[in-house]
Amino acid sequence: MSKAFKFGDDVNTDAIIPAPFLVTTDPAELGAHAMEGSDQPDFVAKVAEGDVVVAGDNFGCGSSREHAPIALVGAGVSCVIAKSFARIFFRNAINIGLPLLDCAEAADGISAGDEVQVDLATGTITDTTTGGAYHAQPMPDFMQGIFDAGGLVKFAKQRLSKK
Amino acid sequence: MAMTITEKILAAHVGAEQVCPGEFYFVPVDVAMANDVTAPIAIEQFERTGATEVFDPERVVLVPDHYVPNKDIKAAGQAKFMRDFAHKHNLPFYYEVGRSCVCHCLVPDEGHVVAGDVMVGADSHTCTHGAVGAFATGMGSTDVGVTFALGETWLRVPPSIKFIYSGKPASPWVGGKDYILATIGKVGVAGALYCAMEFTGEAIDALSMPGRFTMCNMAIEAGGKSGIIAHDDTTAAFLDGRGRRPSRVFASDPDAAYRAVHEIDVTDLVPQVACPHLPSNVRPASELGDVTIDQAFIGSCTNGRYEDLKLAADVIRGRQVHPHVRLIVIPASLETYRRCIAEGIDEIFVEAGGVFSTPTCGPCLGGYMGVLAAGETCISTSNRNFEGRMGHLESFVYLANPAITAASAVLGRIGSPDDL
Repeated sequence: MSKAFKFGDDVNTDAIIPAPFLVTTDPAELGAHAMEGSDQPDFVAKVAEGDVVVAGDNFGCGSSREHAPIALVGAGVSCVIAKSFARIFFRNAINIGLPLLDCAEAADGISAGDEVQVDLATGTITDTTTGGAYHAQPMPDFMQGIFDAGGLVKFAKQRLSKK
Repeated sequence: MAMTITEKILAAHVGAEQVCPGEFYFVPVDVAMANDVTAPIAIEQFERTGATEVFDPERVVLVPDHYVPNKDIKAAGQAKFMRDFAHKHNLPFYYEVGRSCVCHCLVPDEGHVVAGDVMVGADSHTCTHGAVGAFATGMGSTDVGVTFALGETWLRVPPSIKFIYSGKPASPWVGGKDYILATIGKVGVAGALYCAMEFTGEAIDALSMPGRFTMCNMAIEAGGKSGIIAHDDTTAAFLDGRGRRPSRVFASDPDAAYRAVHEIDVTDLVPQVACPHLPSNVRPASELGDVTIDQAFIGSCTNGRYEDLKLAADVIRGRQVHPHVRLIVIPASLETYRRCIAEGIDEIFVEAGGVFSTPTCGPCLGGYMGVLAAGETCISTSNRNFEGRMGHLESFVYLANPAITAASAVLGRIGSPDDL
């Protein structure tokens, strides 16, 4: 069971992981500062392993820093549900294996603190606090292939061995 | 079938007669770039792919720019990690501190990107390079590390949005920065999400290369995947003597399909300012009222080129920076730095009471060389004004062109050279 942490539109990567912390690539170190630049700077103190971030439009906009999805993984976030994602953040998350679900209804319907169950295989999101059920748009096959390979690095490894 | 310039570049790279928005391809990459902040992860991921050498040492460009000269011990470690990798793999295009500058100036200045290229960079402002008529997009470190190994990257063909700029600005203080701020104000920070932003029209034809770089640079601030301006005589003159490869010139077909077309008349456009805390929160500078400032920053990959600094120096020459303001001027390119020194432009800033430094991204992302305290306000020629972007979460950043920023440094409040 995962708890939902709710954010608004245009959550940028400076909010997810402020630039002064970009001096490491360690998920645990980055995770210790996740969301410190957001309107919930105490996020890390409250989030538990497996919890879910729910946000509005354009989540992850701004810089290309891959530290942003790594920081969320480091903080224990198991997936992000949003109305839409900024494109570089989207790629980064797919590439490092942080699941993202595009679902406006869920982003509107789920409240902060709700208990949420996510089935990544089917894209089904259940809000067990309210009983709400939502279906996220499935990932395009091409991206699913990268995700299924275990991320872009493993995917590249396979591709490199075929070259 | 008709195609946009972006579709034509991608089609040529994948060997297809036609590509359509939404299609996925593995696309051969002409140049892949990373900097001191993003290269460490890229290198780690490159090594995890099992690759033992980069796909082509001539096409990998590594640029220390964000936190160099090293701002602290951790930054020193990251810079060293990238340097060691470059030396180990004998990469000819690792640029050492003192010979380096902000990556989005260095790559075109050194001719690493030419018209018709596909370029990827582990920095969101890689869209800057679309100004030479290339497809250029920012990615994360893993994407670029994998590109170092494979020489190709996965891309979804973006839909294009066409922006047509007509007229000639009546105000002498209006340029590319104002065009793009007005555009972002119009479409919003997600207005071009996943799309290629194609900038066209007579005002673009008349725009210098620095102005074009400024516009393409900020495509990402509208959510764009890329910004692009077709190759013309201005581009050819810029690339002449620089380009390391011949250009391949593409142009959009007149009947190409666009997701949207926006027309913007710049004739009556006045200097634009993006107010805290979004690049889309744009208002005319003249309508801001009395906004006092603590710092003015002139530099960054957006507006740190010679033309920008020259304009700022012309505004400041013979004047003094307001007693309560710190003026920080950082040329973004080595060419600019050298030329400013050769022409005495550095002295104009220093004699006015400003700081003039070697190239670095520094304060643009709150790194160093001008970090803001709580409650402080900065006017900046850079590209982002998110909360905390340049320092404390409770600081305020206004984005403007170099003339407005320079005038504001003298006035102590946001204003125009006409107010001096």
